[in-house]
Amino acid sequence: MDFQLSEERQMLADMLNRFVRDEYPIDVRHKAAEMEGGFDPAMWAQMAELGAVGALIPAEAGGFGGMGEDIAVVFEALGRGIVVEPFLSTGVLGATALVGAGKDDLLEEVVAGGKMLALAHTEADSRYEMSRVSCKAEGGKISGQKSVVLNGATADMLIVSARSSGDIDDEAGIDLYLVDAKADGVSIRSYGTVEGGHAADITFDGAAGEKLPGGYALLEKVLGAGVLALCAEALGAMEVCKDLTLDYLKTRKQFGVNLGKFQALQHRMVEVTIAIEQARSITMLAAGQFEADRLTRERSLSAAKNLTSRVARLVSEETIQLHGGIAMTWEYSAPHFAKRLTMIDHMLGDEDFHLYRFQSLEGAA
Amino acid sequence: MDLNYTAEEEAFRQEVRTFLQDNLRPSLAEKVRDAKRLTREDLEEWHNLLNSKGWLAWHWPEEHGGTNWTPVEAHIFHEESVYANAPRIVPFGPNMLAPVLIKFGTEEQKAHYLPKILTSEHWWCQGYSEPGSGSDLASLKTEAVRDGDEWVINGQKTWTTLGHIADHIFVLARTSKEGKPQEGISFFLVPMDQPGIEVRPIITLDGEHEVNEVFLTDVRIPAENIVGEENKGWTLAKYLLMYERTGIAGVANSKLALDGLKAASAKMRSSGRPMSEDPLFSARMAKVDIDLMAMEVFNLRVVAAAGGGAAGGVESSMLKIKGTEIRQELTDLSRRVYGPHALPFVPEYFDEGWNEEPVGPAGAMKQARSYFNNRKITIYGGSNEIQKNIISKAGLGL
Repeated sequence: MDFQLSEERQMLADMLNRFVRDEYPIDVRHKAAEMEGGFDPAMWAQMAELGAVGALIPAEAGGFGGMGEDIAVVFEALGRGIVVEPFLSTGVLGATALVGAGKDDLLEEVVAGGKMLALAHTEADSRYEMSRVSCKAEGGKISGQKSVVLNGATADMLIVSARSSGDIDDEAGIDLYLVDAKADGVSIRSYGTVEGGHAADITFDGAAGEKLPGGYALLEKVLGAGVLALCAEALGAMEVCKDLTLDYLKTRKQFGVNLGKFQALQHRMVEVTIAIEQARSITMLAAGQFEADRLTRERSLSAAKNLTSRVARLVSEETIQLHGGIAMTWEYSAPHFAKRLTMIDHMLGDEDFHLYRFQSLEGAA
Repeated sequence: MDLNYTAEEEAFRQEVRTFLQDNLRPSLAEKVRDAKRLTREDLEEWHNLLNSKGWLAWHWPEEHGGTNWTPVEAHIFHEESVYANAPRIVPFGPNMLAPVLIKFGTEEQKAHYLPKILTSEHWWCQGYSEPGSGSDLASLKTEAVRDGDEWVINGQKTWTTLGHIADHIFVLARTSKEGKPQEGISFFLVPMDQPGIEVRPIITLDGEHEVNEVFLTDVRIPAENIVGEENKGWTLAKYLLMYERTGIAGVANSKLALDGLKAASAKMRSSGRPMSEDPLFSARMAKVDIDLMAMEVFNLRVVAAAGGGAAGGVESSMLKIKGTEIRQELTDLSRRVYGPHALPFVPEYFDEGWNEEPVGPAGAMKQARSYFNNRKITIYGGSNEIQKNIISKAGLGL
């Protein structure tokens, strides 16, 4: 048993942490988020050059990582800067689909930072249901609507879940299709998200799609990779929240003493600290079991997302409460981390969804 | 990172499991499983069995009979013992006093006491808490005064676990009133079979006799029965508490309790379906299941990073808090799952040899008692609030 990162991963983590700390302060993040498309293409290129995308993709597909631990390392570092560049959409959701389908030529461009991807899966009334897909695929033509497609408007290629057979909830009949975002029959309405990201609603009207092999199992793997990435990102953001709050408790004076001298606040800070250790532990478990058999993998992913969501809510709310008024301002950095932590719960299944899923998987065991 | 045990560790687990299968008396394991009362004979039997294998004093240095296990091996041993429903090692002699003697004792003390701990010839209890000194242990008032070649001790100790079956007690007593309270405390070894020592039972809210008050009135012990220097006992006291927290997370106990809860919830029915399918109940069960998965990894992270038998202070405080919260949630669910059948209470049920038909479903009768008994775990060993103070100061710098 060994909980240390390998030397290579430790170097990657150190490098990315340094980069985020030095080159990605909150004002840089705000500026990127305000750009058209919701991120800074130059920053994306720079980070791709550092290997942050390649680390998410296996060697046989042109990257140099792609295991659960790699995803966890990269996204914890990204979480420390609440980086808005499309790592989740392109490097995890999109790339995992392409890896599973053996699209190596396209992946090469992704690793180099030249191609953007997005997963178009959620629909207007599917909420988080993984197999609830009404989008139709008939003779290689995709028709239907997708909602809240993260970074959907800036993607070059869309990975679309659509069904060629079965009822709306059936796993069978679902496949992923590769669709050129500029193809005929694709129309995109883009918008910002509340915590500084970007998403789009996309309508497909007989758009040409290339079916990727792998069916529903591939979609599940893609969503699982995304869950792991979000848990790790949340962990990085939580650590920043904790550091900022601790600093504040040690410097802000009221009644003539530092806030940190008040036991009521000390004990709340300890609760936050223990909760983050729990979140770190379950994310390590999910990362470590990402290559395990399906049931083991999915069970620990759902456990991780449930616990991470619970902890993220605690951390974000306590960060604001323990700071007081300053954390209600746009100008200060901590509330932006708190917002991201809150909205991560709305991506790829929230606390309740994953608790229920964990139970269902338990029943299947 | 590798979450798997090595082949050597798996082999060790098998060795422990086989040893327990072959040697742990099944009727004793049954008593532990059913939460029956254990006698000193039961506990001695377990200590002697471990000692015969060289495993009782596993974390002592090898020259005193230790095993030189890695922290992971120690964890495996603990886990397998719990799964086999073995009694616990009564910690006061082997796990608490012995490390203190080994670190601070004289050669004579080590030679005299350590072997007798191993053979159960001496059975120790802990003289720490007092009626006026709970969390604020350093405020203790029991006094030791030097009189020629002897120390004379007067005072009162309380919450003395298994004091009624012990024959020796280690006592913290005040030897000076100068300076800070911590600076005037010394550590003494006191035989209990002598005039001036009176042990009175404290019956706890579950109706059980596990803890005691110990009164010391003009108790005389030889001068050499002090451990370490006079007035430096606080250092020893803290060192001992570090060992008290080893295994504090109780992961294996909680996993066993969760397995039992899952089995019970599949059998017990409510509104025409098993409790395991009741949405509210099963959601609580799944949540604690997930919390426990996380804590097991957290515990292993600490174990893998630790050396010897003692864990880092801040980490073990965190594990103590989370571990006890999880165990208490499990005892709550475990009484709830039986509904009205958590009510019947037949004290004789917990005695060996009670052969009547249990009231209600199997497993129900111990649950409420266990729930009440386990309220103690967030209080003892430094209450969870004290642990938070420790983390706040030592871990967070507040």
